[in-house]
Amino acid sequence: MNHFLAREDFPHLLRALTQAGYDCVGPQIRQGAIVFDHLHSVTQLPQGWQDEQQPAHYRLEQTDSPYWFDWSNGASAIKPYTFAPQENLWTVQRDQSGRLRFQATLPKPQKTAIIGVRACDLAALALQDQHFLHGKHVDPYYQARRESLLLIGVNCTHAAATCFCVSTGDGPEIRQPYDLLLSEIAAGFLLSSGSTAGATLAAQLPLTPASNAQQHTAQQRMHAATQQQRHLPAKPPLFAHLDHPHWQTVGARCLACGNCTSVCPTCFCHQAVEIPDLDGDTSRHERRWDSCFQPGHSYIHGWQIRSNATDYYRQWLTHKLAGWHEQFGRSGCTGCGRCISWCPAGIDLTAEVEQLG
Amino acid sequence: MKSNDYLPHEVQIVARVQEAPDIFTLRLRFTDLAHHARYHFDAGQFNMLYLHGVGEVAISIASDPKDTHLIDHTVRVVGRVTKALAQLQTGDYLGLRGPFGRGWPMAAAQGRDVLLITGGLGCAPVVSVVHYVLRRRAHYARLIIMQGVKHTHDLIWRRQYDTWAAAPNTQVLLTADQTGQGWPFNTGLVTQLIGQAQFDPANAVAMLCGPEGMMRATAHALQERGLPDHDIWLSMERNMHCAVGHCGHCQFGGSFICKDGPVYPLPEISHLLGVKGF
Ligand SMILES: Cc1cc2nc3c(=O)[nH]c(=O)nc-3n(C[C@H](O)[C@H](O)[C@H](O)COP(=O)(O)OP(=O)(O)OC[C@H]3O[C@@H](n4cnc5c(N)ncnc54)[C@H](O)[C@@H]3O)c2cc1C
Ligand code: SF4
Ligand code: SF4
Ligand code: FES
Repeated sequence: MNHFLAREDFPHLLRALTQAGYDCVGPQIRQGAIVFDHLHSVTQLPQGWQDEQQPAHYRLEQTDSPYWFDWSNGASAIKPYTFAPQENLWTVQRDQSGRLRFQATLPKPQKTAIIGVRACDLAALALQDQHFLHGKHVDPYYQARRESLLLIGVNCTHAAATCFCVSTGDGPEIRQPYDLLLSEIAAGFLLSSGSTAGATLAAQLPLTPASNAQQHTAQQRMHAATQQQRHLPAKPPLFAHLDHPHWQTVGARCLACGNCTSVCPTCFCHQAVEIPDLDGDTSRHERRWDSCFQPGHSYIHGWQIRSNATDYYRQWLTHKLAGWHEQFGRSGCTGCGRCISWCPAGIDLTAEVEQLG
Repeated sequence: MKSNDYLPHEVQIVARVQEAPDIFTLRLRFTDLAHHARYHFDAGQFNMLYLHGVGEVAISIASDPKDTHLIDHTVRVVGRVTKALAQLQTGDYLGLRGPFGRGWPMAAAQGRDVLLITGGLGCAPVVSVVHYVLRRRAHYARLIIMQGVKHTHDLIWRRQYDTWAAAPNTQVLLTADQTGQGWPFNTGLVTQLIGQAQFDPANAVAMLCGPEGMMRATAHALQERGLPDHDIWLSMERNMHCAVGHCGHCQFGGSFICKDGPVYPLPEISHLLGVKGF
């Protein structure tokens, strides 16, 4: 982190991005929560806002601090920018002789720069890349969206009570690939570039060399975010404890709403839906996010493999924390804490895992 | 252009065979003949068949991998999509993408005894293995075909069993839980037939298809006859949407049945086989 960008010079970054053809996306407040959305001006950034998170609890609070990024993640991850919640895969047209013409509807996303991506979400993105791009089959829809992104990471300076990225090894310091990386101090940002695109942008900014004092302050602020209350063991042996009575206890509290899977930045489940047009000859094949908490997720004819909250929750946790090791060589949890804050029943995976041994 | 494994290709129904009241075979050819020429599969792999405006279903490929003329699928009518597929006639068009998954270990089974054990309502993927072995009879040692059904009237392709029983070095063992009049075979579960099977456990491969309870019991009976776990193969079934390991529906523990299976050697899945909720 050897460059410094003064706070008042931040608009230069937005301008450079816009001139390079990027649609800028950044954090801002909507309905009492921090979300990612189109960003036209630094005035939209959540200056001084901090979050308070607990199981089933999320509140924002305005402080008089000068910081724009002094909060930890809200409900929305950056997942929707690569793995769309709803996406048409192809359409088919039937002609008079019954012949079928299939047409892929690949997205043509605008180049998008996401400002303020956190370590846990970059780690989750790396996992989604592994899932959708680096296996036997490449997903061209995900690929098109992924290739349109420029990622501007911001190191965390404040961990919510629900965060545990230290114990998963994913944060608070960004270690995954990025285009630009920022660390916020009162006067502005320490900046480094991690790609050619990032370096090209950095070259257009009024940067000065970062002083030792500035680097020290940035390190200290990041260190504050390493003080976390929650922990997750590296590889809980959940498949060895499938009969543990605690599954029933959690199942009794779980509302099977699927919030945990929609806020989770690594969950990849989706379903295909056929939408025939009223003309009778056109039909669309769409995919939508799905969840292992939905009864249809495990249906096969004459048999629903999972049909109650205990089974759903056990599928979720065994997949996330054990199955992922087999599939991707690591856990599917990057410690973002979202599933804890956004679970209406306050189910806390770190606490449940402790019970489940 | 980049390949898109989500996009079906148009196929035409060249012939349709009614096998039983609710079972039919569709014989398909890609309308793009160049694509047809490129299409190859292994025994035990499956395709996703798409019916216009209705949706996709996973169906095993029933024809022989070396027969490049047509691609056969034998379908049982059970619900929404299969019911609508049953209405189709010769000349109609469908979408098809595939082949997907890992098939039966036909290469590893060469020179050895082959046991094909099915339970429940017959099993198209195993019938195709019978044909596969009979067409290459010299490449395999003994062929043992075992089928268990609930009711005697569930046994489809009954005449075929007589033909198979007459083939050289082949043993056919049939049983039904509930037997009716004129049933010349055994009564009881398919596991009870394993004692009658004549094979060399040191040099055999078993391929199982059917309800998971039946497969688990059968695997156990085979273990007791001395067949090593890695020579016991099972065909698994789960809800499938994408068939390419992305949608998550078919997960079985850490495995995606659509791409890692549907055929597995027992050691890969024994820890979860028959565990409720997986
Ligand atoms: C690898 C594999 C190979 C198969 N091979 C054959 C075969 O050769 N012949 C045959 O008749 N059947 C086969 N099946 C089963 C076949 O896919 C189901 O019978 C079919 O999906 C039922 O669809 P439906 O709409 O008629 O039934 P419904 O009960 O109306 O099902 C609704 C939807 O649920 C899903 N679904 C339901 N049952 C299954 C199932 N068993 N497996 C996967 N998804 C399911 C499908 O998306 C289906 O469209 C195979 C399944 C798998 C996984
Ligand atoms: S499991 Fe929970 S804490 Fe872990 S990455 Fe998913 S939402 Fe975040
Ligand atoms: S199975 Fe459940 S935990 Fe796993 S990716 Fe799908 S929704 Fe997430
Ligand atoms: S069917 Fe989608 S992951 Fe297997």
